[in-house]
Amino acid sequence: MKKKINNNPFTWNYSPAVETKEHIQINPQYNLFINGKFVKPNSNTFFDTYNPATEEKLAELSLANEKDVNAAVLAANNAYSKTWKKMPAKERAKYIFRIARVIQERARELAIIETMDGGKPIRESRDFDIPLAANHFFYYAGWADKLNYAFPNKTPQSLGVAAQIIPWNFPLLMAAWKIAPALATGNTVVLKPSENTSLTALKLAEIIRDCDLPAGVVNIITGPGSTGSFMVNHPNIHKIAFTGSTHIGKNIQHSIAGTNKKLTLELGGKAANIVFEDAPINQAVEGIINGIFFNQGHVCCAGSRLFVQENIAEEIINKLKARMETLIVGNPLDKNTDVGAINNKEQLSKIKSYLKMGKEDGITLYQTLGELPKKGYFCKPSLFINATQSSRVVQDEIFGPVLTIQTFRTIEEVIEKANNIPYGLSAGVWTDKGSKIFNLTKQLKAGVVWANTYNKFDPSSPFGGFKESGFGREGGLHGLMPYLKF
Amino acid sequence: MPDFKHNYPIDQIGVEERIQRFNSRSIKKETKLIGLKLALSMIDLTTLEGKDTPEKVKQVCYKALHPSNDIQGLPQLAAVCVYPIHVKTAKKYLKNSAVKVASVATGFPSGNTSLQIKLIETKYAIDQGADEIDMVISRGEFLRGNYTFVFDEIAAIKNVCGKIRLKVILETGELSTLDNIRKASDIAIYAGADFIKTSTGKIQPASTMPVTLVMLEAIKDYYIKTNIQIGMKPAGGISNAKNALQYLVMLNETLGSKWMTNEWFRFGASSLANDLLLQLGKEKYNGVYYSKDYISLD
Repeated sequence: MKKKINNNPFTWNYSPAVETKEHIQINPQYNLFINGKFVKPNSNTFFDTYNPATEEKLAELSLANEKDVNAAVLAANNAYSKTWKKMPAKERAKYIFRIARVIQERARELAIIETMDGGKPIRESRDFDIPLAANHFFYYAGWADKLNYAFPNKTPQSLGVAAQIIPWNFPLLMAAWKIAPALATGNTVVLKPSENTSLTALKLAEIIRDCDLPAGVVNIITGPGSTGSFMVNHPNIHKIAFTGSTHIGKNIQHSIAGTNKKLTLELGGKAANIVFEDAPINQAVEGIINGIFFNQGHVCCAGSRLFVQENIAEEIINKLKARMETLIVGNPLDKNTDVGAINNKEQLSKIKSYLKMGKEDGITLYQTLGELPKKGYFCKPSLFINATQSSRVVQDEIFGPVLTIQTFRTIEEVIEKANNIPYGLSAGVWTDKGSKIFNLTKQLKAGVVWANTYNKFDPSSPFGGFKESGFGREGGLHGLMPYLKF
Repeated sequence: MPDFKHNYPIDQIGVEERIQRFNSRSIKKETKLIGLKLALSMIDLTTLEGKDTPEKVKQVCYKALHPSNDIQGLPQLAAVCVYPIHVKTAKKYLKNSAVKVASVATGFPSGNTSLQIKLIETKYAIDQGADEIDMVISRGEFLRGNYTFVFDEIAAIKNVCGKIRLKVILETGELSTLDNIRKASDIAIYAGADFIKTSTGKIQPASTMPVTLVMLEAIKDYYIKTNIQIGMKPAGGISNAKNALQYLVMLNETLGSKWMTNEWFRFGASSLANDLLLQLGKEKYNGVYYSKDYISLD
């Protein structure tokens, strides 16, 4: 029985629903936040920060040189020995709670700035980045006066000054991941956000100042890699926490060899997202989409290598393509945008070079059909179909909206392929069968394994990697340990 | 045809997350206006009560033809949905219009009667002039695992319907899991349903977005396989315009524009029309609500 097919010409496109930014205050120029005050940089040098969606200049940021770093570390050391270390833990917790509440109060403002500065969709900064950042402060505020219960009979003690260097993919959230546990455990902080995305960290500095945190407990300085290296090599730093590329992580390890500095590294990843034939297919497709296109793929734990069981590969790929067409790529401030702008120009050209490389390796590239905005750094959601294990698009972390697809037949095969990579940060497993999930969680070399979901975060759940994805854990009770000595 | 003994697994949490994504779409201005009118045109205005009178049916028919006296340029509704004994009355008032008469049948709402009687009832409704038949499946047999029984029953009813469009009500509120809802959808589609419909409106919960999404995905998978379009009708529980727009977003992003017409998508509802009229009035009067007293209650 053949039924009538109608070709309804009507398309229901969503009118723009752009978040207003008139009430957002971004200063033309920002100073360094040292010892509770915004101070001019000793270097007297400033650099520009841009909106990647419009290529417009947003503000000038201070470049912190060695003297500025010295001043920040000195302030942090003084604050540590004179106030923060001596303060009863219960009192420390109150300050951290206060920061969490002010972040919540100013959530809308922070979300808009995060989106303007980093290019991520407002939906994500509004529903993910900012609420989760506040939650991290709430969570660690709770731990501050319970450290003796967290580690019974071990008398946990703070370390001193923590130098914290964070990347551009989740600017405020990463600041929260770093600052909250450091403060809760009684350490003081010198934090450097990425030079591409410093604005929300500077807003956080304002919040911290307005919360009357004792001067010098948190210092936030801006600058490029050189600033970070002054921080790492400073003799009065006791702890380094770095999130970023594996290459720089290795450099840090070299430079602190032979010192007493404690180190945690949260580096790159190239996660395997594994879909079995008995998976809930339509939800798996959704999970694959979220796994790779969330935050334009600028996620260290992004599910960038898809492994599909051979007999469902065609169905999955067709559904992925169809679903990708419904993703709205464009103005990140539009509430309906699903995929925003690539964070910065260098990253866009890096992604493009990988797209070229994959094609040269003879891998089929599929990209969405829709047009990209004329201005700004944008990249179409992309698939590499029938990717080969040895290709660099499979082996390297692209850090963009590019998914490689491989098929497998047996569990042994997929485990071998999934683990055959220098990284080990995260993985995803999709199957209706519980025993299969537990079999894989045991054998996959990954810090996090998500089952029938992807990219789920909670302050109470530890996060961190194996192998070249780094060491040390952030979040949860485990996230306290790197900031304590026993 | 799938093996109905095997489940097509559905992950409930994944479905709920997808729904949240649909609901976070911002529907404003022109999009909203188009959506509200479209939703209005998709309504099967329903009156299914023991106390229904010919006057009530007449009023419902009039409403379907003239949704509002105040707002111009509104579409007519898709259909009125009544019990078989009221089909003749409804048909009398809708004779020369595009508004369809849908009749529930097959021992609505429980379906607990013999196949013979179901067939007779269906035939009766058609003879009275029904354009569409809304049947219920035998949930008891389905939950016993007697899928062949359910399948054969739908096929038999469709056989009586011939070219008359058949909507198959799964009564999802009684099927308990999303896996079951997917299975029942597949059975109905493969047995010959032209439309699949969530609920009778007599059982709570009636239509929900997760349930509707699972059914839309069943329709999509069937369309991918066969290139045959099946319609969808969520019924009961959709009483306000905002929720209707969320359903349309879900439809738009799951099945696409081919389904964005009342030929392939319906809302089974009685009070939704009035809220849509209220919101459409708000759009007309520059963001100010007009009094509900101007909208007829049916």
